[in-house]
Amino acid sequence: MDRPPVSRGFKSKRQASETARLPPGQYLTTDFPVLSAGPTPEIRVADWKIALQLGGSLLGKWTWDEFEALPQTTIAVDIHCVTKWTKLGTIWQGVGFDDLLRSVGLSEPPDAYVMAHCDGGYTTNLPAADLIAGKAMIATRYDGLPLAPAHGGPARLLVPHLYFWKSAKWLRRLRFMPKDEPGFWESRGYHNYGDPWREQRYDGD
Amino acid sequence: MTATDTPLQYPRIEWQIGCVQAIMAETSRVKSIILRPAKWSGHWPGQHVDIRLTADDGYQAERSYSIASPPEEQLLTLTVERVEDGEVSSYLLDELRVGDALEFRGPIGRHFIWRQSLGGPICLVAGGTGITPLMAMLRHRKKSRAYTPASLIYSARSLAEIVYRDELDTMARDDIDLRLVYALTREYPGDWNGHRGRINEALLAENSFSREQNPTFFICGPAGFVEGISSMLVKFGFDSFAIKTERFGPSGA
Repeated sequence: MDRPPVSRGFKSKRQASETARLPPGQYLTTDFPVLSAGPTPEIRVADWKIALQLGGSLLGKWTWDEFEALPQTTIAVDIHCVTKWTKLGTIWQGVGFDDLLRSVGLSEPPDAYVMAHCDGGYTTNLPAADLIAGKAMIATRYDGLPLAPAHGGPARLLVPHLYFWKSAKWLRRLRFMPKDEPGFWESRGYHNYGDPWREQRYDGD
Repeated sequence: MTATDTPLQYPRIEWQIGCVQAIMAETSRVKSIILRPAKWSGHWPGQHVDIRLTADDGYQAERSYSIASPPEEQLLTLTVERVEDGEVSSYLLDELRVGDALEFRGPIGRHFIWRQSLGGPICLVAGGTGITPLMAMLRHRKKSRAYTPASLIYSARSLAEIVYRDELDTMARDDIDLRLVYALTREYPGDWNGHRGRINEALLAENSFSREQNPTFFICGPAGFVEGISSMLVKFGFDSFAIKTERFGPSGA
């Protein structure tokens, strides 16, 4: 279907100033909805660790204090959820993926793909190229405050140029892998890559 | 490296035009829209569709709606609640008429789904219009004559706000394997024998099967509601993987 039919009686709410930042099919929200596949895990910072792996071997691991001692980055970005809300200008602080690589002595990703593993068994897959050059971070603060558990605290992946399910909550492990494999939502009907500007919401989009 | 497109396992879910066959008022804030798809290869209870509205200047709005009808039915039922300032819900509730064309695509999602082949028991917990995908599961359970032990704990503000109440009451009356419990949070009739107030641990424990029975949970409702129920279940010792959730609305945080 090339041109969608006009819905009889549906009135435009086009706002020129904002649509430039709004991917197709998205609408603006000012609150911060919570969406997850299951219960919110309760994670104590004292028990928290994060690991970077190349296949089965360990590249690096950090306790909370060690992770907090890595270089910190703050960014303001628009985020886009596949359930169609977009939130503009959200402010996050954490460790840039580039800095994480540098801290284990790497200047570039050792493999082409990454699987993010989270508490609760959630996973999501990404091309390594989408995590480098300032495109991604592991966020520990939102709007200047520690990240709330419902929003993925203590630490979540943040890859704002892709639909927000790729910004995995409750991150515990990033694993480089040579071949792409689908993660949790990617095996349950959602798009493998998830570019909001190409509206890659579901399988086959 | 352009690793953006891996081989597709599934075909694209194409937009299509459905014809509005009927519109039914469910409560003062909720209507069901009955749609005849142009083509439909079936769905799983719990799946949703996306609806897309287009204005004459090309402006579009999209929203997701859960399917309330079971896969055994040819027509699709979507149940829509009014959202404050909701441009799509207000269009669907106030403007849409029988005979109109409605653009949609689906079915979507393979996480929050159940069908009788997956077995049970199943414990469904609904907050408000979170009942919709759970209703598709219950209707399918009935149509497929699956005697899977099931319970539905349904929290609503008042008796008048319970969607599908007559159908649920009839369903439960005829079925000893289905337990139906309402929790009324704001208003209840003077002679109300059911639960008053929000779903609490006691009500949930009493109606959620035992750990030995290994139930699967489907919880749908506002974010805070789902958060509360799922934390109670984790506290009871149920496996997180057996607790499937679907949250909607603002976080309230």
